[in-house]
Amino acid sequence: MSTASSIPFSAPLETTPWKLPYRGTVGMACLIVAESAIFLIFVVAYIYYIGKSLSGPTPAQVLEVPIFGTICLLSSSITIHFAEAALRKSNLRVFTTYLAGTVLLGLIFLMSTAQEWYRLIFEKGLTVRTNLFGTTYYSLVGLHASHVIVGLIMLSLVLIFSLAGRVTEEHSQKVETIALYWHFVDAVWVVVFLTVYVFGR
Amino acid sequence: MTTTPAVQAIDETTAQRGRPPLNVVYEWITTVDHKKIGLMYIVYALIFLVVAGFEAILIRIQLAVPNNHFVSPQVFNQLFTMHGTTMVFFMGMPLLFGIGNYLIPIMIGARDMAFPRLNAFSFWISAFAGLLLYFSYLGGSGLYAAGSAPDVGWFAYAPLTAKVFSPGHSTDYWNLSIFLSGVGSIGTALNIVSTILCMRCKGMKMNRLPLLAWLYLVMSGLVFVTISPLTAAQIMLAIDRYLGAHFFDTQAGGSAVLWFHFFWIFGHPEVYVLVLPAFAFVNEIVPVFSRKAIFGYPAMVAASVGIGFISTTVWAHHMFTVGLGPAGNTFFVFSTMVISVPTGIKIFNWLATMWGGRIVFATPMIFCIGFLFQFLVAGLTGIMLGAAPFDWQLGNSYFVVAHFHYVLVGAIVMAVFAAFYYWYPKVTGRMMSETLGKWHFWLFVIGFHLTFDFMHIPGLLGMPRRIYTYEASRGWGTLNLIVGIGALFQAAGVLCLVYNMVRSYYQGEEAGNDPWDAWTLEWATSSPPPSYNFAVEPTVTSARPLWDLKHPEDPDSEYE
Repeated sequence: MSTASSIPFSAPLETTPWKLPYRGTVGMACLIVAESAIFLIFVVAYIYYIGKSLSGPTPAQVLEVPIFGTICLLSSSITIHFAEAALRKSNLRVFTTYLAGTVLLGLIFLMSTAQEWYRLIFEKGLTVRTNLFGTTYYSLVGLHASHVIVGLIMLSLVLIFSLAGRVTEEHSQKVETIALYWHFVDAVWVVVFLTVYVFGR
Repeated sequence: MTTTPAVQAIDETTAQRGRPPLNVVYEWITTVDHKKIGLMYIVYALIFLVVAGFEAILIRIQLAVPNNHFVSPQVFNQLFTMHGTTMVFFMGMPLLFGIGNYLIPIMIGARDMAFPRLNAFSFWISAFAGLLLYFSYLGGSGLYAAGSAPDVGWFAYAPLTAKVFSPGHSTDYWNLSIFLSGVGSIGTALNIVSTILCMRCKGMKMNRLPLLAWLYLVMSGLVFVTISPLTAAQIMLAIDRYLGAHFFDTQAGGSAVLWFHFFWIFGHPEVYVLVLPAFAFVNEIVPVFSRKAIFGYPAMVAASVGIGFISTTVWAHHMFTVGLGPAGNTFFVFSTMVISVPTGIKIFNWLATMWGGRIVFATPMIFCIGFLFQFLVAGLTGIMLGAAPFDWQLGNSYFVVAHFHYVLVGAIVMAVFAAFYYWYPKVTGRMMSETLGKWHFWLFVIGFHLTFDFMHIPGLLGMPRRIYTYEASRGWGTLNLIVGIGALFQAAGVLCLVYNMVRSYYQGEEAGNDPWDAWTLEWATSSPPPSYNFAVEPTVTSARPLWDLKHPEDPDSEYE
């Protein structure tokens, strides 16, 4: 079998070096656009149904603002930024520490959501079936929480590899791709927080 | 030319004959090669084309004469639901993704997609989604009762999809298969964008990108903002059906109109997701068979990007009969009119490419000419329906059915046929028969016009879509019979194509690397291309690298 017979001639190379974007960043950016559209639809549904529930409880009666969890999640964006910077400088100990901090902060946020749901379900009697508020609240916050879980799984994998000494500076682009996802999860929380706990109440 | 040892080793493995069939199956199932995945997409889509085409013929038999009871009303509802869902999600999307998968890396001088394993994942999850939809025939009412397919229409309007109105699992199968197909589509679209942006060969700047790649880029961008809302809506529907939530439950204050919006936010741009690749094929084929470079490359790109943006603002023209109020009606009429401008630019560019060219009337080209004419007519009826008062009269009539089939069959399917004839030599190394190709074209075009030209008239006379049967006194009988006869002509045309493809695979003329004397990179490698596409990474200096190679005295790069 003959190989490619008429490959285009090697034309004189242009003076500017040939540089293309990193595929991980582009791929993640695409995923973020797609995920944003999913969240947008859930946020629209939430806003559309504000105050349309036929029965109680209403958001004002049962919702408490999860300030502590929010602070933890937003800080995790800062810690992962420092982790990236440390990895780029081959500062592996610092990288692992900041990464572990990020995972911990993410876990705390998840715990605070779990606690809130427990309180709403078992004390206030609000479930996804109760009314439109319950339907939209659990769907939107749950959609976000599921994204936090996915992000935590990815970060924990990196942490395990890092503790095993398998992550080096050459992986920094890959870690940055995951960090991009984590920043997105945080940014979405700002939107969800404003929708559910500020305007929705 | 020297080749590297790795390339030689691959060539020797591929050249081995008489491998055990199980190994071949294993190789196809585990492959991450974009060409094999592309072919699997295409074969899978063609199987569903035959299945959904058969459903269409059953629908037409049922409607051919008044007061017919060829199938029961329940079966009829299942038939149009399955026909629509299959054709859009399991024929149209996979077919276009498959052709894109095969061509894009070769056209931009890359060796594979950016994420080969994601590519395989996306294909298999889409394939599984299609099987899930058809499994509903067995498992629709649970394993203990006789099964049934979903019967809620391809748009699945709320509240019909609520558990009370659609008990059993048939709607769940529809719901889950659309969700999974959405996941697969987003994965492939992500892959296409990353490939085009990050895997181009040296010198392939964005302004030298083949127009096919440009249009797939826009199409993939649209997939992110259109398939995702549908996926979100499917999640809501699943929560409604499984957890008893109230998103679309009108009894608890939920809104059916919200589902309309979510569905059509997907539904209308989806038309452009399907038609942009069709434009892409025409963009590649028309210049080659007119023996001229494409007219207005930058205008073409700008028009495509423009279509991408505007198409996300027109969805509610599917909902004029809901009652949007004057402001909503005005906005959506206006945006619908505006989108015809970039589309018109494209049609003029294709005509200008053909103008003064030495046109070769080979089979791919005549399909493209058919496309041009039929797409224009489809656009004109689109403008009619885009005017709200007209739509109030004809919304949900057979006029609408005729209009969108004119787009989907008259434009998209015609362009896909053109692509088959054009790239078949590259994929198999053999030419398709021109005689059979012409038979296919004429049978299909005559059948198409019998079916869809005559389908407009019962719509104007008031025949609603999705109707099971009708009284003889309505006067729709003869027209529907003609429509049905046209469907048979089209089926005969498609059989010609299938026979032609199978026959040419064994007996077709040897094609060589570049049978059409074309200009893009895929024709630079052998037919079929080796698994690594190019032994040496190509370098390009213009939008038509093979022209430069064949005409060193007058290369395109001098005019850039």
